[in-house]
Amino acid sequence: MPRYVLKRLLYMIPTLVAISIVAFALIQLPPGDFVTTLAAQMSQAGDTVDPNTLAMLRRQYGLDQPIWVQYWIWISNIVLYGDFGRSFDWDAPVSDLLWNRLGLTVVLSLTALVFTWVISLPIGIYSAVRKYSIGDYAATFFAFVGLAVPNFLLALILMYAALRFLGISIDGLFSREYVDAPWSWGKFVDLAQHLIVPVIVLGCSGTAALVRIMRANLLDELYKPYVTTARAKGLSEWRLILKYPVRAALNPFVSTLGWTLPELVSGATVTAIVLNLPTTGPLLLRALIAQDVYLAGAMILMLSVLTVIGTLISDLLLAWLDPRIRYK
Amino acid sequence: MSEPMTADVLKVEKLSIEFQLRTSVFKAVKDVSFSIKRGGTLCLVGESGSGKSVTARSLLQIVDKPGRITSGRIVLTREAEVIDITTLKANGPQIRAVRGGKVGLIFQEPMSALSPFHTIGDQIDEVLQIHLHLEKAEARRRTIELLRQVEIKNPAEMANRYSFEYSGGMRQRVCIAMALACDPDVLIADEPTTALDVTTQAEILDLIKRLQQRRGMAVLLITHDMGVVAEVADEVAVMRNGEIVEKGPVEAIFHDPQHSYTRHLLEATRKLEHNSRERDDRTASRIEPVLSVRNLSKYYGSKQAADGSWSGGLRAVDDVSLDLYPGENLGIVGESGSGKTTLGRLIMRITEPTMGSISYRQADGVTSDVLDMRGAALRAYHAQVRLIFQDPFASLNPRMTVKQIVGDPLRIAGMARGRARDGRVAELLRMVGLSPDTMDRYPHAFSGGQRQRIGIARALALDPRVIVADEATSALDVSIRSQILDLLLDIQTRLDLSFIFISHDISVIRYFCDRVAVMYKGRIVEVGSSQKICTSPDEPYTRALISAVPSPDPRQKRMMHRVRFAPEIADA
Repeated sequence: MPRYVLKRLLYMIPTLVAISIVAFALIQLPPGDFVTTLAAQMSQAGDTVDPNTLAMLRRQYGLDQPIWVQYWIWISNIVLYGDFGRSFDWDAPVSDLLWNRLGLTVVLSLTALVFTWVISLPIGIYSAVRKYSIGDYAATFFAFVGLAVPNFLLALILMYAALRFLGISIDGLFSREYVDAPWSWGKFVDLAQHLIVPVIVLGCSGTAALVRIMRANLLDELYKPYVTTARAKGLSEWRLILKYPVRAALNPFVSTLGWTLPELVSGATVTAIVLNLPTTGPLLLRALIAQDVYLAGAMILMLSVLTVIGTLISDLLLAWLDPRIRYK
Repeated sequence: MSEPMTADVLKVEKLSIEFQLRTSVFKAVKDVSFSIKRGGTLCLVGESGSGKSVTARSLLQIVDKPGRITSGRIVLTREAEVIDITTLKANGPQIRAVRGGKVGLIFQEPMSALSPFHTIGDQIDEVLQIHLHLEKAEARRRTIELLRQVEIKNPAEMANRYSFEYSGGMRQRVCIAMALACDPDVLIADEPTTALDVTTQAEILDLIKRLQQRRGMAVLLITHDMGVVAEVADEVAVMRNGEIVEKGPVEAIFHDPQHSYTRHLLEATRKLEHNSRERDDRTASRIEPVLSVRNLSKYYGSKQAADGSWSGGLRAVDDVSLDLYPGENLGIVGESGSGKTTLGRLIMRITEPTMGSISYRQADGVTSDVLDMRGAALRAYHAQVRLIFQDPFASLNPRMTVKQIVGDPLRIAGMARGRARDGRVAELLRMVGLSPDTMDRYPHAFSGGQRQRIGIARALALDPRVIVADEATSALDVSIRSQILDLLLDIQTRLDLSFIFISHDISVIRYFCDRVAVMYKGRIVEVGSSQKICTSPDEPYTRALISAVPSPDPRQKRMMHRVRFAPEIADA
């Protein structure tokens, strides 16, 4: 097992190098650069743009260098000094911008993830075991509604309902008085209250999808011979189902972790904008639009790294859960 | 034992089971009655769909939905205690006490009957904990003892292993240990050896017999194999379409059958005891072989040293040489893992060999090396050497009509189009005994035997000269099996075909083949006429293999007096 982990960690290195190159190349793909965007903004605002100033800006930001030199400066600073560069747009260090938002993003996303799992697992199991019962039809109906309704629409509806019927505004993650206040019990409670709606909105489609995945997986397992063997042993029905088929049906569930982790950062950008959540999603969108190379690059790199780590974690979990993989 | 030996432990009276389908009710079991005495063995015999498995499952109330018991009684008598299983509440504590506690059950598929996620020990401990309320450590001690009783080596260590680390025979031993853990009064074995090799089958049946005698347990053995029945049964009940058509002592069933269906089953089995065409060996010497295999090997994961020798890895096929003559049926027999399927694939060039040669002699006498064939030459070879598959359910595309399936080789070869192709398909279907009117239907509308006929029609589409049939009749019931074999023989005389017939079933080989090659661990241990191989083989391995084949005559129980081949017992 330790050898397997070590091997997997070593395999990650070339993958990450390739990813960083692709990430950097990707953000260079659109025509123009940050200075072009800046010039366009200034001319829109009616300012005249002096080409000499633009050239100077380019030199200052290092944008006149060949692309591989830019990449080398960027990646060596990250690896050697942990310096992600400066955001042109915000005129601030990229790492500061990210850290400010990352904490809340992780809290929100993890809560949504736990919510999704806690809700979808039992419903999925029930749905499969009582196939074609009224409960199953209800779960199926709501699951399809949850899958079909776009998150941002649900966010709008909930916001409207909260304002109309409860008289409270639920945008953002803190009430006005707590936004800049130091951490206290009151601020925590305020955060928890504000989390409810985003968590429901963010967890909704995930829950719906996982209910369906669990139902399908479990239906495949429920009629396998080993389940009948266990039943012939005299196990009680629920203990039997939880011990044998559910265990087998968890595998694909765990695999979803690989792509859930990057969603912690990029996930639900549109929802975050609608709900005015101070998370990383809107930041990424703005960075991409403004061609803010270092900010966008750092975020895309982070997404990719999280995908790789998420896959690693889900693979390790699978090996831990499934002896067939462990003994391979 | 306070009761007399003749007491009925389990008595089934007028049992009926129905499946409520969408638009109709399917009566799977109709008014079935039988009883089993303490220490006795009742064999429930029938072909697929006869309702024998459903009957077995109903004894524990584990019939899958939407099946349910509609009438009848299942009475289990244990000393003074009398339980009618049909009256117990579904999944209630009383029926759960019967399951695994008073009645043990073994299934057909040892490969999938155990959970791959839990250790073997854990799965046996569980039964002991449920019924005997043992502590974990005490349960494990008993588990290890049980594994020892079913002759698993190093039971303490093997208890911590997972099912996928066990061979098929060992898994079935584990299932037996699990079923017997709580000393049940009745053991129900549902086709316990159907998925196993003959030698392993003999070991397992032998083990069940010995454990039964030691414990005085009643055994209900469900099988389709009359040979197995003759070897182990005291009483026999023959089932067909959900009804018991005949029951009685094994002697009477085999030597004085009353019902026509019983006679039909016995005939179908006994027919395979003889060769279909007792021919002299005149063909062999004079004619050039159509296929010549020389020193063919396939190694997986082996490394070649500088001096050309190979080491390590798996030798799936090891230095095999064979000749197939025109009009001949060559059998390749062996147990699972002996390399017989790989050999077939090498001959078809689906798998590339590590070394060796295969030469093919065309109808015009030109001989060419199959391994050098590329492109068009290989396609021509594939048109003349064709394959029939084992599983008639998996080998036909469910989304293609019979016309498309049978016409597919013609389409690929670009031979006939439109009406001409339809005409050819109709001709092929008639040849395999199917009505051409069925050609627009999909495979699901056909039974297993009919599907296998479709598969044969497809193989014949391009007028092949050689057919490689890999376990072509293994998935079929015994009466269908001989029909298909007769069909192949009939087609052979009409079309001048040669067969390479790969099977683990000695009786099929004996019936169908002129010569037989016996494979063991990738090598051919013996080649000879099927008469010689099946009656007086030279090699000890072949003798052990042949003696393990059940004989369909209770007066000549062969299996229990079989010869053993020493290396084989170790990993059975």
